[in-house]
Amino acid sequence: MKGNVEILDSGLLTTIQDGGRYGFAKFGVPIGGAMDLFSFSYANSLLGNDQNDACLEWTLQPPVLKFTRPTSICLTGGIIDASLNDNEVAMHKRIEVRKNDILRLNFCKKGVYGYVGIKGGFLTDTKFNSRSFFKSITDTCILMKGDVISYVSAIEHNDNYASVAIKSSMDDSNVLKVYKGPEFDLLSKDQISILLNSPFTISNLLNRMAIQLKEKFVNNLTPILTSPVLPGTIQLTPAGNIIVLMRDCQTTGGYPRILQLNEKAMNCIAQKRMEERIMFSLITE
Amino acid sequence: MNLMKYKLQYKRYSERSILIQWPSIIDENILQDLLLYKKTIEKFYGKAIVEVIFAYNSLLILYLSTIDNVYDEFSSLKSLYSIEIPKNDQKNKLWRIPVCYSTALAPDLEMFSQQKSLSKDEVIALHTAPIYQVYFIGFLPGFLYLGGLDERLRLSRKKSPSLNVEKGSVAIGENQTGIYPVNSPGGWHVIGKSPLAFFNSNMNLPCFASSGDKIKFISIEESKYNDISNSVYLNSYELQYEIL
Repeated sequence: MKGNVEILDSGLLTTIQDGGRYGFAKFGVPIGGAMDLFSFSYANSLLGNDQNDACLEWTLQPPVLKFTRPTSICLTGGIIDASLNDNEVAMHKRIEVRKNDILRLNFCKKGVYGYVGIKGGFLTDTKFNSRSFFKSITDTCILMKGDVISYVSAIEHNDNYASVAIKSSMDDSNVLKVYKGPEFDLLSKDQISILLNSPFTISNLLNRMAIQLKEKFVNNLTPILTSPVLPGTIQLTPAGNIIVLMRDCQTTGGYPRILQLNEKAMNCIAQKRMEERIMFSLITE
Repeated sequence: MNLMKYKLQYKRYSERSILIQWPSIIDENILQDLLLYKKTIEKFYGKAIVEVIFAYNSLLILYLSTIDNVYDEFSSLKSLYSIEIPKNDQKNKLWRIPVCYSTALAPDLEMFSQQKSLSKDEVIALHTAPIYQVYFIGFLPGFLYLGGLDERLRLSRKKSPSLNVEKGSVAIGENQTGIYPVNSPGGWHVIGKSPLAFFNSNMNLPCFASSGDKIKFISIEESKYNDISNSVYLNSYELQYEIL
């Protein structure tokens, strides 16, 4: 039987996300998917879901949700105080929800992106094998007050939950592991030294497509022919800005690709706020 | 067709991706070589790879899981490059794309012709003359990267991008020309508008054109533009193409 989640308040930028869209780059379709894939997967693991089941992703200001049928949910990612019908509930634990329960989450205390996982996943439309919201791909690209999303209401759970023995909270490290980007070797010794030995600051230009760093960098590299990029690719623009591409980035780009974050570092930088500082550490093979 | 083989570079890109690079030029022979190699790799690896992203001179191969030994993987990929290439049975198409070059639909045409010291008719003649090569799709879902723009139409991008370039806008930036598949900010000069849909997320095949195909722009009047727009809206427009 299907239940519905009603969005009583939309929060800031609330979307539905799964592990992303693979196999459609030939049409220029971005990969997308949850910004912090670690916290996203953790929500599904705690619920005994499939790893790719869709979760609700909120940004800094979470939504208020009402459930029309019983289910189980789980809260991961950005640190929040949460309540179900005014009773406090904990993050990183399975929460049993009854008919007409209302979930309220306070403004995020730490991190940027949080996840509400639900038993069996949220059932929005699948486009190109994924439910992840994206403009021009999914009919809805942001959840608004009054929207309704369905889920399978399972009153009798099949309680074979995996016991999840992983670090429960999001990664708050400041050191990000990186690979050399394809154009790394075009940088001078001085440029490499600055890149790998100085702290960088998250600017106010950040969204699901990219995070720009505050520090300017001398750029005398020649532009490249438009080439493939991935989430986690770090580009150096002609104006000397360092841009970290995030999940919703384009499939190709024309700026030199100086570094590539590893997957752990991607999840980590996604949770950084404006003014937080990070450093890059090269992975050596 | 006898294709020349290139000296390729193999690089680790991330824990589960490898980049293969051809010489850094825009060239139709490289495109053909790259598309065949991509096909061989996809056939050989099957579900072990989840995505192959490609552009003018590179393939980025994304594996399902972490690559344990990247050098073993390079050797395995290299051995696939040297094997006999399977015949490409997929026929490429030449698409006829109707474009209305009326100033009512082309906000930058006037300024563009002035800057290039060409008449509007000369711009239209130069833009509709070539057969353009579709190299790949990127930037936006359904945005075709085309090769073959006449050098006389080359113009650097706008200093500040327009906040909203309308879906269907045919534009020029540097030595490239393209069609915006959705409304988007953009820095290219809009010289025309096509009534066709270049990306439809409700179709299994969201783009009619693909890499290796060719395109020719056909100049149409505004009344014809409106007619075609209506048939596209009603899903009754038949795309005009010939098999190459």
